[in-house]
Amino acid sequence: MLYFIEQFLNGIQLGMLLFLLAAGLTLIFGIMDLVNLAHGSLYMLGAYFAASFAAWTDSFVLGAILAIAATLVVGMALEVIAIRRLYGRNHLDHVLGTFGLLLFFDELVRLIWGPAGMTLSLPNEMLSAVQILPGLFYPAYRLVIIAVTLAVALLLYVLVMRTRLGMLIRAGASNREMVGALGVNIKLLYTLVFGLGAALAGFAGLMQAPILTVQIGMGENILIPAFVVVVIGGIGSIRGAFVAALLVGVIDTIGRAFLPDLLHDYLSESAAATLAPALSSMLIYLLMALVLVVRPEGLFPAAGK
Amino acid sequence: MADEALLEIDSLTKHFGGVVASDGISLTLRRGELHALIGPNGAGKTTLIGQLTGEVAPDSGRIRFDSRDITALPVYRRSRIGLARSFQIASLFPDFTALDNVALAVQAHSGHSFRFWRDARREPQLREPARAALVRVGLAQRADVAVTDLSHGERRQLEIAMALATRPRMLLLDEPMAGMGPEESARLVATLRQLKGGITILLVEHDMDAVFALADRISVLVYGRIIASGDPATIRTDAAVREAYLGERDEARHD
Amino acid sequence: MSDRRKHWRDSRLSPRVVVNAALLVVLALVPVYAALTGDSFAMTLFARVLIMAIAALSLNLIMGFGGMVSFGHAAYLGIGGYAVGILAKEGIGSGFVQWPVAVAASALYALVVGALSLRTRGVYFIMITLAFAQMVYYVASGLDRYGGDDGLTIYHRSQFGDFGLNNATLFYYLCFGLLLASIYLVWRIVNSRFGLVIRGARLNERRMRAIGFPTFRYKLVCFVIAGAMCGLAGALLANHTNFISPAMMHWTRSGDLIVMAVLGGMHAMFGPLIGAMTFLLLEQGLSHVTGYPDLILGPLLLIVAIYVNGGIDGLMGGARRG
Repeated sequence: MLYFIEQFLNGIQLGMLLFLLAAGLTLIFGIMDLVNLAHGSLYMLGAYFAASFAAWTDSFVLGAILAIAATLVVGMALEVIAIRRLYGRNHLDHVLGTFGLLLFFDELVRLIWGPAGMTLSLPNEMLSAVQILPGLFYPAYRLVIIAVTLAVALLLYVLVMRTRLGMLIRAGASNREMVGALGVNIKLLYTLVFGLGAALAGFAGLMQAPILTVQIGMGENILIPAFVVVVIGGIGSIRGAFVAALLVGVIDTIGRAFLPDLLHDYLSESAAATLAPALSSMLIYLLMALVLVVRPEGLFPAAGK
Repeated sequence: MADEALLEIDSLTKHFGGVVASDGISLTLRRGELHALIGPNGAGKTTLIGQLTGEVAPDSGRIRFDSRDITALPVYRRSRIGLARSFQIASLFPDFTALDNVALAVQAHSGHSFRFWRDARREPQLREPARAALVRVGLAQRADVAVTDLSHGERRQLEIAMALATRPRMLLLDEPMAGMGPEESARLVATLRQLKGGITILLVEHDMDAVFALADRISVLVYGRIIASGDPATIRTDAAVREAYLGERDEARHD
Repeated sequence: MSDRRKHWRDSRLSPRVVVNAALLVVLALVPVYAALTGDSFAMTLFARVLIMAIAALSLNLIMGFGGMVSFGHAAYLGIGGYAVGILAKEGIGSGFVQWPVAVAASALYALVVGALSLRTRGVYFIMITLAFAQMVYYVASGLDRYGGDDGLTIYHRSQFGDFGLNNATLFYYLCFGLLLASIYLVWRIVNSRFGLVIRGARLNERRMRAIGFPTFRYKLVCFVIAGAMCGLAGALLANHTNFISPAMMHWTRSGDLIVMAVLGGMHAMFGPLIGAMTFLLLEQGLSHVTGYPDLILGPLLLIVAIYVNGGIDGLMGGARRG
């Protein structure tokens, strides 16, 4: 039971990271109608920047702040230089172009930081485990991740629901042409949205760095689950991304934790050993397929789409 | 009496959120007649057409075509049973030639298309009927022109040709005159006049000259309801119609 | 398009025709070159080009002509390859069994994926095909008996009665012949009744349904044909490398296939071949020039995506659309 709670919390934490990625993706999708395969690259950059800056400044927090700023800048620069030339094109051109960017960034990181990967260590205060229930100790840092990303989610909510920028974002997500007709500086809006998405991705990358990884190609691994979250949640919907991310995070983690044992109970040893990893990995795709069958537009499609 | 009716629309209702697009529409089309449907913008003509073609599912009501209930019939099946439509905004196959476009319509009704080998552009049983349809609408000399190079009016004519090529029993024409110059309109009116009697036509139109020149009967759709239905002379003098629709137009004329 | 340009494009000696013909001649002479210079690597590289060209051609059938952007096409390379590899490991070395199984298994998976995915469109379709490919990837990674993540070596290539495929030249010409046959087959399909339905559905699916075509079943059949063809390419690939691994069907491989198809020109028969050759030679060439080839390849792809309409074939005067 305690193990279940622990895994459940891990699932929430994974879900929060996925949310950060998916929120950016769904915004960029919903507003600029852009399929962005390079989103994972920004996630990777966030982690690498944080590792470097934290080493230079000898402070995790300072390193994190600098990394977010750097990723924001890179994101906006990328939008101005390259991404904006893809708007209005068909999705295939997006796939081709951003795939090229993905390859480029993997190589660039290899050039600048080398092929071996980096580490990002936590400050001592966060290394301890906290007793959240009798008999259950949970790493403090993972709790920090959950708390901080929840705060970010809240900030995002406030931004989208209560500010003028947020209103433009919501309007843009459901009717792109209208926003342009309103006389808003569309170019600037798009750059800001892309930058916001990049910052969120970078933030996710640096948050998971101490417990997971900082290596080339890390973006690719998480990109697909992030896309799955976007599809399940509904394109253009941050609320959808939040719900879907939690769903996906929890199902994926719980599934990986408990499915192998479940299979071992019901199947032969070899069959279970073969199927377990495959099925665990497949769970979120099965979930996506199910959602698409029942609600092809996702759980919370942005109105008007 | 029942045999005369080719299309029966029975209490068709459709809501979109709080908006009632179709409010219990009932209408009957007699075989061979050209029935015009007029009404101001926003009256629900598009929704009605959508329900007739199968792209929109009504909330309630029935549609019967030749005594057969087709309310739930999928879009592609309706063409198969003889109900053809043209689109208000020309919906063609860009980059293909006019002849290619019509030939595809012929192909849809020439058995199945699970043929993988023979060059379909050289099949006379597809090309000949296609050419004939183009002749009928006066586009014969533009047969080998790509759609992207056709004029607006020519594309509207191509729309009609495609619908005709499916050998329909009924044509559903969605504002075919829209954006046409006087010469092209006249030509289309002549074409439709020729088709009358042989094919039943539901003509949704704004162009009053064409409507009164062609229609055997006219129905007026306002706010999702048919407020009047009858022969042209009756409609022209109907007070409610004048107020709701023709009246508006008179005012517009004075501006 | 102006009459003069159209005439130039369709004339017998337009640049496209010349380039395509020259390409075929060059490819046909690769083994001769290899024999004369002793450069067997050239034959290995170009055999790979031929095989990937078949795979890209199959993708282009559904993508370029059918408008179905599948981001999971590499799955069929993997299924075809694994069919050969698994059967080889289990002692069935006959190509007469392996290759039909490869094609049939790929066709079957394409049927399932297509039936579920073709009900969606746009980016949803891209995502769901991607997901299905990932599923196969994970299953393959979990097959410990067949190498799991590390992959499996195939010690004996497919045997066809008395003929084996160990002779590199023979194998090369087999791939070449299969590529030519595939191009011809796709050409016939694209211009047939079936092909027109597929192309019409891409140009205006709503209109296709309005005139009476049940487009779903045609697209599904097209999807299956493409999967089967790619499965054959997978069987060839497994033989070529004497190796299978889940990496064959990683989604970035699907990305490579899309790149090849788009790069070469999606509306031309020879597009996938040109794209495959350009991509693979570029990859190869760049890695000789620099230790960081993707620094150039990446932006190049971006530039092609932004500026080049119709791929390389389009640059030579081919159709930009249709």
